[in-house]
Amino acid sequence: MNPVVILEVHLDTGTARLRRLPEARAALGGSGLAATLFSQYARPTEAWDHPDQPIIFAIGPLTGYFPLMSKTVCAFVSPRHGGYAESHAGGRSALALRFAGLDALVLVGRAPRPSVVHVGAHHVSVQDAGYLWGMDALSCAKLIRRQLSGSGHRSIWRIGVAGERKSPMACINVDTFRHFGRLGCGAALGAKNIKAVAVTGEDHQPLPTGKKYAALYADIFRDLTDTEMMHKYHNLGTPENLEPLDALQALPWRNLQATSNPEAIGTMSGQHFADTALLRNAACAGCPVGCVHIGFVREKFLPQDNRYLYRQVSYDYEPIFALGTMLDVRVPTEVLALLDDVEKAGLDAMSAGVALAWATEAMERGIITEAHTGLHLAFGATHAYREAIARMAEARQEFWAHLAQGADAAAQVYGGADFACVLGQEMAGYATGETFFVSQALGLRHSHLDTGAYSYDQANPPKDTAAAVRFLVEDEAERVLLTSMVACLFARKVYTRERLAECLAAIGQEDLAGELAATARTLQARRWQQRLAFGFDPMAVSIPRRFTEVVTWRGPMDTHYLAELQQAYARAIQALAAETPA
Amino acid sequence: MKRLVAARMDRCIGCHSCSLACARLVHKLLSWEHAGIRISSSGGLTTGFQAEVCLACDPPPCAAACPTGSLKARPGGGVVRNKNLCIQCGQCVPACPVGAIAQDRAGDIYVCIHCGQCVPFCPHDCLELAEVES
Repeated sequence: MNPVVILEVHLDTGTARLRRLPEARAALGGSGLAATLFSQYARPTEAWDHPDQPIIFAIGPLTGYFPLMSKTVCAFVSPRHGGYAESHAGGRSALALRFAGLDALVLVGRAPRPSVVHVGAHHVSVQDAGYLWGMDALSCAKLIRRQLSGSGHRSIWRIGVAGERKSPMACINVDTFRHFGRLGCGAALGAKNIKAVAVTGEDHQPLPTGKKYAALYADIFRDLTDTEMMHKYHNLGTPENLEPLDALQALPWRNLQATSNPEAIGTMSGQHFADTALLRNAACAGCPVGCVHIGFVREKFLPQDNRYLYRQVSYDYEPIFALGTMLDVRVPTEVLALLDDVEKAGLDAMSAGVALAWATEAMERGIITEAHTGLHLAFGATHAYREAIARMAEARQEFWAHLAQGADAAAQVYGGADFACVLGQEMAGYATGETFFVSQALGLRHSHLDTGAYSYDQANPPKDTAAAVRFLVEDEAERVLLTSMVACLFARKVYTRERLAECLAAIGQEDLAGELAATARTLQARRWQQRLAFGFDPMAVSIPRRFTEVVTWRGPMDTHYLAELQQAYARAIQALAAETPA
Repeated sequence: MKRLVAARMDRCIGCHSCSLACARLVHKLLSWEHAGIRISSSGGLTTGFQAEVCLACDPPPCAAACPTGSLKARPGGGVVRNKNLCIQCGQCVPACPVGAIAQDRAGDIYVCIHCGQCVPFCPHDCLELAEVES
């Protein structure tokens, strides 16, 4: 097998070690490789921010070789739960690593001073960058771009103030418009004193001889661009989901106090965003679909004169749910203004919006007051939310420091846990039913992307616990295979297991192609072993009351079924983790 | 005579499919850099994208700078390249006024040969193979 090539950067000394691991190739790449490396580097007995804990960035065997094989998996110890966590991002991250000649970049240790890591095919350095500390995530990248060569062929991953302050809501911004978003990877980087990682991809790789590879590439490219399969992502993008989910009574509004708002959805639809705020599109490197939708924010900054500034902000379904419907902000440009603030602060948009929604309801109920917040929070009050985002990122005042730890953490201090919309971390935007709530609450990444549970709910299946658990386990295995290659999950209908085997064979990795079903199951189990090794008990997860009060098109939640499904899935996770020795 | 023209770069989404196609089909490499057409942003992704590609100068200054005749003027502009004659001196690289020629660490050079194999891989129709008088 081709060895996996890993660059291990020691942040405390500024030195690096190149490792070639033939045996690690069996873990494919991405999720599988990250979990495998995590098992070697991470320390279950130490805190999440211990210097020895690794941050791992891994790509897969197909990265760059085929379209939409364009994502990178970041694995780290989460400040939210203290265990194995993954967050995935695109942008140029994956191709930059590929052309830097690396399958994975592993950061260990803690830099003595705020620093920037720069890695390339023929370069590695850890440079002092104290002047960047405290700078917003967008401005800091402008300076780094000026300092580094390789425009277009580099990827810059950086944190904002939220990461420096080690908030579990801190993300890593990737190339301005993409993110390693969830579970606090920005804090993991901040805890290492790393403001940014820049990867320059300046080398090339050999390709197989003969016509087979190029022909397969062309076939897949055609499937991705000429057929209807990807039209949704190409056209309105993921915001296309807003209107249908609202019609289904499955779109969270006002801290999940409602699941539909027929009067307001007209201004919050994907079409309305496109008509009023869409500036242009962009793509991850290696993806011809170009699902990135970039809107604009235009602000008059001198009230008496016609002086404006404008900013470009990428938008998707999830940020619109979190900073729009969840906060009852109904004007696209106002949602984008909030999103711009979140970007600069380096917060995860979903967590920030859901946490603010909790704080707003807590204030409505009198659990917290302006004496705590210094602001009057009210649903739809964009101006107050803009200020709140800055305060939360900077952990200014006691209340905002608590909220920056998560809505559930703040509720532990002030009360209101019943309506903290937290399922492992702040919820994703799907009030579709029991299967989704259980999937996010227990899922390995506590993400809507762990399984297709939101689609499962929407198919309106009978309440069959065994069938639902079977779906969750089998769908996760398929997704683990994709995130080990590392494919964009939007391409999951194109990259069937058979197609993936064809792709591996076409680039001379036949040895990996033949056993994909078994490999998927092994990697699925390995990830769960890592999650449980740090103390996660799936049986101990609780789902806040707010989720049991939800009413969708199918009627009220069935609390008995919810509890039964939760228990059954927890047992299935334990069984998965026990399948092979850790 | 055909000539590749990056006619609608304001539509470009930065997917690099053109560069990857050139590297894959012309140079038999996996690369976004070692290709006859390369995409860069002009200072961050908010500023849009530009193509580093041969503008088909006639006469081409890169051919004039080539001491061995590896690059020769092509009818209709640009150059034809005889790889066997290239001594990897790299003099063509600075001779190009628009930075369209790349050189890798081994000394190999990459310049657009106006074959058009990248064109069908552009999802936004930024590129075209135009007919020019030779």
